[in-house]
Amino acid sequence: MDFALDTFRWLTDPTNHSGPNGIPVRLWEHVQVSFLALFLATLLALPIGLLIGHTGRGEFFAVSVANIGRALPSFGILGIVFPLTLGVLPGFGYYPTLIALFLLAIPPILTNAYVGVQNVDRETVEAARGMGMSGRQVLAKLEVPLAAPLIVAGLRTSAVAVVATATLGAVAAGPGLGRFIIDGFVTRNLAKAAGGAVLVAVLAILTELAFGLLERSLTPRTSSQGRRRTPRAGGIATPETA
Amino acid sequence: MNQPVIGAILDWDWVGRQLDTIGVQLVEHVQLTAIAVGVGFVISFPLAVFAYRHKRFYAPITWVTGVLYTIPSLALFILLIPYTGLSTATAEIGLVSYTLLILIRNIVAGLRAVPADVKEAAEGMGYTRRQILWSVELPLALPVIMAGVRIATVTTIGLVTVTALIGKGGLGFFILRGLRDFFPTASIVGAVLSVALAVVADGLLLLVQRFLTPWARAVKVRAFA
Repeated sequence: MDFALDTFRWLTDPTNHSGPNGIPVRLWEHVQVSFLALFLATLLALPIGLLIGHTGRGEFFAVSVANIGRALPSFGILGIVFPLTLGVLPGFGYYPTLIALFLLAIPPILTNAYVGVQNVDRETVEAARGMGMSGRQVLAKLEVPLAAPLIVAGLRTSAVAVVATATLGAVAAGPGLGRFIIDGFVTRNLAKAAGGAVLVAVLAILTELAFGLLERSLTPRTSSQGRRRTPRAGGIATPETA
Repeated sequence: MNQPVIGAILDWDWVGRQLDTIGVQLVEHVQLTAIAVGVGFVISFPLAVFAYRHKRFYAPITWVTGVLYTIPSLALFILLIPYTGLSTATAEIGLVSYTLLILIRNIVAGLRAVPADVKEAAEGMGYTRRQILWSVELPLALPVIMAGVRIATVTTIGLVTVTALIGKGGLGFFILRGLRDFFPTASIVGAVLSVALAVVADGLLLLVQRFLTPWARAVKVRAFA
């Protein structure tokens, strides 16, 4: 158990909590780059997903994005983006990490928005149309609220993947908590590496829990269909979605 | 259209010289994946059947496997190193633990989707619980179970690349090389072949699924006739 004790000592050592390489700075870097990547990906992918679901056009595109997103390894995205953007963008590891995380976050957000809107009961949509609602009103007042739990489930999948993959950015001098892991690993300071690993794991689990709570709060409980399980990457997949 | 761009990025001579290494890493990638999904299934299957029969255990089992699934792969590998070192065991423990949530959820979902009247009919015919499981429930749940196996396989093929950081990695070896030496060709070779492997594995498993459930096809044929 010496290893666990050393890791605990590293995590609680006050000297690791201050300075430009301290835990708070690295934690902030990690959260900042993850949040910005998720925000930018949402800005792009959410409207496209909603539009595909609303119009029923471009479904092939949405399915393709989902399939490629699942098969493309996040480590591979980093590996390709890093050498290609080096020298093109300022800074060493920040922008390549941001771009890789942004690309990684797109597929789950886009797919879930599309599936969420598409799953809205067609009769309800037609009733709304019959009441004189415009296409835009149907989308804003009916489809988006009803699809909200699935949309948040997509954000959750992306957020957890982004927080996890931000760790890998440190392999090529990216920002964040992964630095502790890589630096500790390279200098054979296992307590440091493990301390970083614990911090990253806790951050990922907190991210999952936070989005899980948000998702639950948006899911209607009295619906006659009951609470639908939300299909997300790694979740229950019917043969059609696989 | 993209030909000149790709041509400029890719160092084809290097690719040509690496063919032997690519073959070796490809085999390692397949081995790591096959062991992970195989062992993952052997662990998941009894747990899933148990969680299906005893409903109150489903939530705790998916909670524990969900936490495992959420821990970033690199963090999990690092935390295992003091115990299992830079070994295949470290890589496999991590990879197996990521397959559990996917497989258990899909096996349980498949079993739950079996219509109650079918089970009752089998009971009425005097089938034991074990017989119902093996000759009624599992065959009917097979498409959903196979969907889980396919997702687990595709996910694992992607995750294997990360094990390059602990000295394994299959095709991830090339991705790491590209990252360290700022040599895009190597990363692209690793990533593209990894995606290709995932697509091929998914297709093969779909064929296995069709072979195992010939009745599903028969229904479709009748529907079109």
